[in-house]
Formats: sequence, structure tokens, C-alpha cells
Amino acid sequence: MCSRFLIETVVISVLALSGCGQDTASRAPAQQAAAQNPTQDVIDSALDPGVDHSLVTSDPHAAALLDNLEAVQTGMRLFAQYNCNGCHSNGGGGMGPDLMDDEWIYGGRLEQIHQSIVQGRPNGMPSWGGKIPDEQIWQITAYVRSMSLPATLAAQNGSTPSQRPAALPLDLEQDAGWSAPEDATNHYTSTTKGP
Amino acid sequence: MRSLAATLLLSMVSLALRAQTVPAPVPDNEVFTLKEIGHAIADPTPQAGRTMPSAANAPPDDGQWTMPSKNYASTRFSSQAEITPQNAKDLKVDFTFSLAVNKGQEAAPIMADNTLFVVTAYPNYVYALDLTKPGAPLKWKFAPKPAPASQGLACCDVVNRGGTYDKGKFIFDTLDGQVIALDAKTGTAIWRVHLLNLSNGETMTMAPTVANGRVYVGNSGGEMGVRGWIIALDEDSGKLVWKAFNTGPDKDVLIGADFKPFYESERGADLGIKSWPPEAWKIGGGSVWGWVTYDAELNTLYYGSGNPGPWNADQRPGDNKWTSGIFARDPATGAAHWFYQTSPHDEHDYDGINEQILLDMPFQGSIRKVLIHFDRNGFLYVIDRRTGQVLSADPFGPTNWARGIDLKTGRPIINPEKATHQGQDVHDICPTASGSKDWNPSSFSPDTGLLYIPHENMCMDKMDVKVSYIAGTPYVGAEVHMKPGPGGNRGELTAWDPVGRHPVWAVKENFPIWSGTVVTAGGLVFYGTMDGWFKAVDAHTGALAWQFKVDSGVIGQPVSYRGPDGHQHIAVLSGVGGWSGAVVSGPVDPRDGTAALGMINVMSDLPKYTTAGGTLYVFSLPH
Repeated sequence: MCSRFLIETVVISVLALSGCGQDTASRAPAQQAAAQNPTQDVIDSALDPGVDHSLVTSDPHAAALLDNLEAVQTGMRLFAQYNCNGCHSNGGGGMGPDLMDDEWIYGGRLEQIHQSIVQGRPNGMPSWGGKIPDEQIWQITAYVRSMSLPATLAAQNGSTPSQRPAALPLDLEQDAGWSAPEDATNHYTSTTKGP
Repeated sequence: MRSLAATLLLSMVSLALRAQTVPAPVPDNEVFTLKEIGHAIADPTPQAGRTMPSAANAPPDDGQWTMPSKNYASTRFSSQAEITPQNAKDLKVDFTFSLAVNKGQEAAPIMADNTLFVVTAYPNYVYALDLTKPGAPLKWKFAPKPAPASQGLACCDVVNRGGTYDKGKFIFDTLDGQVIALDAKTGTAIWRVHLLNLSNGETMTMAPTVANGRVYVGNSGGEMGVRGWIIALDEDSGKLVWKAFNTGPDKDVLIGADFKPFYESERGADLGIKSWPPEAWKIGGGSVWGWVTYDAELNTLYYGSGNPGPWNADQRPGDNKWTSGIFARDPATGAAHWFYQTSPHDEHDYDGINEQILLDMPFQGSIRKVLIHFDRNGFLYVIDRRTGQVLSADPFGPTNWARGIDLKTGRPIINPEKATHQGQDVHDICPTASGSKDWNPSSFSPDTGLLYIPHENMCMDKMDVKVSYIAGTPYVGAEVHMKPGPGGNRGELTAWDPVGRHPVWAVKENFPIWSGTVVTAGGLVFYGTMDGWFKAVDAHTGALAWQFKVDSGVIGQPVSYRGPDGHQHIAVLSGVGGWSGAVVSGPVDPRDGTAALGMINVMSDLPKYTTAGGTLYVFSLPH
């Protein structure tokens, strides 16, 4: 059995197509959208063989989310509307991983989060590319990134977090990738620099 | 700046972890007493005879443990008497075996043909261990390779409740909906079928029931807007014999001329459509993820159906047939015989999927053929299994959503103060969504006449919120915060007298008991706790006879068998997880009380007591 109808009016009609993923006709729009997506070259791995530093693309959409409270708040609304909270709760997870800590399985840069939502991930994250308008995916991205900001965590009142998400600071992504914990002595750097 | 942010973040994390405490228990006067809301259609008549399973449903114990429920009666009673309350203190570990999976291990180890069979949580490895050799070496391993995406569809950890041995085959199912019959000697697949559509959010976690040449399985996914069903497969070939849905038109539900429910509110054409808003039955839940019981004496199949979806009950006015209730069916054709809805228009996630124990029991001066069902909704039902009539219904945990069960109509007497509505935060609903007791099975001893119920003492705050159906995503629509029930102990092992309708003794546990129980002729009840103690208590008194700390919390089903060495052994899986253990086994942050469907609010301290694991333990006396 395959239920294709929607019991409540869902914001975008293309969602109805997600009912039966095996159906090639219904898959086509998502695949087309993914093919046209400018962020398909985003690198998830911290290991980029053959180069000194990981190459990170820079998408103008990501920059537009910084210092943008409206994007974060709209993202919060969409996060519930598209049932993201069904798996990730209010950031604490459940069926899907938690989003409010500082561990990112597939990368925590805005483009990486966006890509995870667009493409889906093999252990159960659905692919939303072509099903949610791209601008909204970016707004959801902003909310997801905001959940673990110190300012958002500090605003938690009671046992339901992420209800007052902070805007993403302008210097959010100064560091391009993984770096050692702040309280660790970096012997690697000191050795390579020499006396 | 980054440094400052990181430092701030670190200090906030530790602050928040410290601040995250288990909420205060619900006050004692919030719940009703057994005296206030327990009901029976007649006074107890214990002198009318002894409570026993019939011989057809509980044949003499051959020392093996071939199905999770031990026998068709589902007594989980072992006739082995070597281990007693007096000598249990001498129990020692025979051997352990790492399952190589650190997720919730809910399966019963199966012992047959001098071999121990174990199914793990996803990725559902099956191991066969040779009990005739020292250290029980691995005979074979089978890796079914379920689709990884199925992990994202399972509501409550990627658990599996075990397999069954029959006629040289070991039969089990996988998270992505495969049912597989393995040659028990070699571990090669004899047949393998796939029954699910993952795109609709379906998964499979239950233990198949194998009886009378058929394999009975059902789907999981009550939180995903699936449409629940049960399927019978031919045991020799895996071919589909019949399929019955739990919602929709009578022809899909296999309701026909043989359908004779006891109560008026279960009668009428196509109630599986009419008791829902238009089309809502297509995504209405009623899955079959618990226990299917075959009655060899009356040639009938019984099983409970899961909760209706979504949890926001305002989106589905009506009784929502045939969710949250018990079906009796013809095992050969699937034709429905009767249905009894334990929670009509369920507002609290009270699935009806818990086990049924089939007994012959004195009632109203004669021996009646009953099934005993401990529902998530907090009531222990004694039901005439020929007719579906409720003979008694008593609360066995903290209950305030209903003021009892009206035995004329069979319907709960709803307490409007605990009814839920969209946008209203209703406090202190008892029991909580996972129930006074969840899937983990009870046992019955014909020696003591008592039922041994591993259960919870938890309540919840629940606020329904509007939710849209998007296939393959959660369809829940509720913000839940769970909390301890009166007294603060989150778990309890209760010994219950079904004839006298009262508890005889109870052992309080800090955490909800999520393991099954097994009771033995030696007079012991075995169970495990979520903080990793495996225990034996005296079946007559509840006094602790022995306990052993295992590597991780226990949520599995212990079993008792006679090994090839002629001695009694006790086997159990450790490995905390499941819905209640998701805070340890899953990627879950304890700062979010709403996480894991509100369970984290009441389980945030579990990571201080145990870590994820997955190990088979086998115990015996020195010999």
C-alpha cells in the first residue's frame, strides 16, 4: 500500500510526491534539483587527499544567513512544519541524531548542513532536495546551526531547548574545518615551525 | 572570539548537564487506587480450581527454549528446578559472548538442538553457539544486511525482539522488513521474503510467532503514519497465506460472517473507515509490533494492535478502529473472530501490543479459558478468550486517565481532566505514553499461581500540536515530558494474583523495568535492570536471592534451559537501549526533555549509571 494523499494541507504540493520513493516518475524532480544544486561540491570529509588544506566552497546563501534572526526564526517554524522535529526533537534527537551539541557527523558548516538536508544521509536521513524550496532549506540550516550556539543554549528555560534561537554570528565560520580543542597544546604546529 | 565561544559553550554544557535533573514524582493523590477503579463482573472464586495453562498450550518442558514465550500459553515458566532461592547465591558465569552491536538488545536467546541462537539489534546479526563444546564456540553467523535507511524509521531504537526455532529452522525478521528462515544447522537461508515499503515509514521489530505451519509477523511504525497489518507466511516456503489490516474496510481487515465481538461498540459495517475522519485510516497506525499468540487448544490467534496516529487525537475524532485493542482471528484464514478495544480513540499512545498469557482460571465458580493482558493503558485485563468478554480489569500501575473499565460496555470511563486537546498542556497523565508496562513480557508460575509483571511507574505532561502527514517522516503531533509516578521509583516488579485480583508483593526499581521476566520451578524470578543488574528474586516473597552486574543495562528477555550437560542454565542479553534507553544507546542529548518522544525528560540520569553494550551472558551453578 502506498498512501499518496495528505491529510492536512501541506505547504508545497510537491511533497505529495515523496510518498512512494520507488516510483521513478516521482523521483525525477528531486534528482533534477540535486543535479542543478550549486552546492553539490561541498566537501563533507575533513580529509582531502593531495592538498594541504581542505578546499571549502563558499555559497552566497550561507553568508546571507549570518546576523539574520529572521532566517533562524523562520527556520524554526519550518523545522516543525516539515516534521524535522519528529526525529530530531527540539535538538535533542531521538529517531535521528541530536543537533544541539557540538558534534557534526557530516560536517557543521552551513553548506555541509544544507547538503545533508538536500541529499539525505544513508543511515535514515531523507533527501529533501526538490521537495522543500531551496531558500527554506537554507533557513532550516540556519536554525539547525543555531541550536548549539552558546547564546541559544543559554536561552533555554526548562526542559524544551531551542525555543529562542540566537542569530548566527558573523564570525561563525572563521575556522574552515576541524581544529584541536582549545585547551589542548598543539605540539604538531610547534614542531613543524621549529625553534 | 572562537576561543571565548568554545569556553562558554563548554561551561554551558557542563552547567546544563548538572541542571538536567529528573523531575519530581507525581503526587500520590493524583492517581486512583485499585479499590477505586478496579472492576470485575463477579467476586473471586479461588476454591473453584487451580490456575494453569492447558496442556495443549504448555506441553511438558523438554528443557529447551525454542520460542521467546517458551510455549503457546506464553507462561515463560521453566520446569528446571536446580537453581533455588537457597543456592542462587552460588550462580556463576558460564561464558559471555560479545554481540558486536551496542544498541538495545531486546531478544530472548533461543535454545534448541544443543545450540543457542541470538538475534541482535540492527544490523540484526544472528549467532549460533555450540553448547556441547567448552566456551560455546560460534557455529555460524548470519548477516542479513538490512537497508541502513531503516535505522531512521525506527521510533524507539533499532531493536529486535528475537527469533524462533521450529523444525530445524531458525526464523527471524529484520528492521527493514525481511523475514528469513535459516537452516539451524548451517545458517544458510532456506527462504527469505521482504514485506515492507520503507518509503512509508514501516519497519519490523517484533519476534515472529511460528505455529501450525505458519509464521506470523506484523509491521512497526505507529509514529510514522503507517497502516498496521499482520501477515501469515507458509513456514516451509515463506509464501504469503493471508494479510489482515487493522484499519480500513472490513474486507481488508478480514471481518466477515465469523466476526462476533462481545461489545456493541465493536459491531457495524466498515468501522475501520467510519470511526475515522475521511481517509485518515490510511495513515492511522494500528501496527503489530508486539506479541502474536497462538492458542493450540482453541485454534485461535490473538494479538494486540498498536496506537492510532497521529498522537494528536484531535486530528482523528472517532474510536479509530481497530487500533489499540485485541484481535482474535482464525490462524488459517485470518478471519476475525472478535475484537476488544482497550483504548478507543487513544489519546496517550496506549498501544495494545503487549503479551497475552493463556490460562485456565477459576472465575464465577468454574474454570474459564482466559487470556490475561497487561495493557499499556495501566489495566490488567482478564478476558474470556472464547468470546472477548472482559471478566475483570484492574489497574496495576499509576492510573488516572480513566476511572475504571465499564464492564457492561467494555469501554473505559474517561477522566476528562486527563483528556488531551490540541494546544493544551495537560499535566500528570498516568500512566505515561510508554504505559504502565511496555512490550517486555511477564511470566506465570503454575506453582505459585502468580503473574510476574516487569513494569513502569511513570506519568507525563502532554501537549498535542498540529502535524502534517509527510510519508516516511514521523506523524506524531505532541510535545511530551515524562516524569516518575508516585513514590519516585520509575520501575517495579509486581507479583499479581489474577484470581484474587491484587498484587502479592512488589520490588521497586529506580529505573523502569524494560526486561522480560522468566519464572522457574526452582521458585525464582529472573529479570534485569536498566542500570545493569541481573537479578533473581524469590517467586513467593520477592526477596533478592542473587544479583550480578553485567556490562550494560538489561532490556532483554531472560530464559532458562537444561543444557547438554544436564544442568539448568540462565541466559540473557545485556545492552541498554530501546525507547527508555535511547539516552544511552542513541545520539540523544539529555538537555532536551522532549527528545525520544518525551522519554528523555525522565531518563536523563541514565548515562551516569550505564553505557551502551551488547553481550550474551549465561549462568549456572558450579557442577
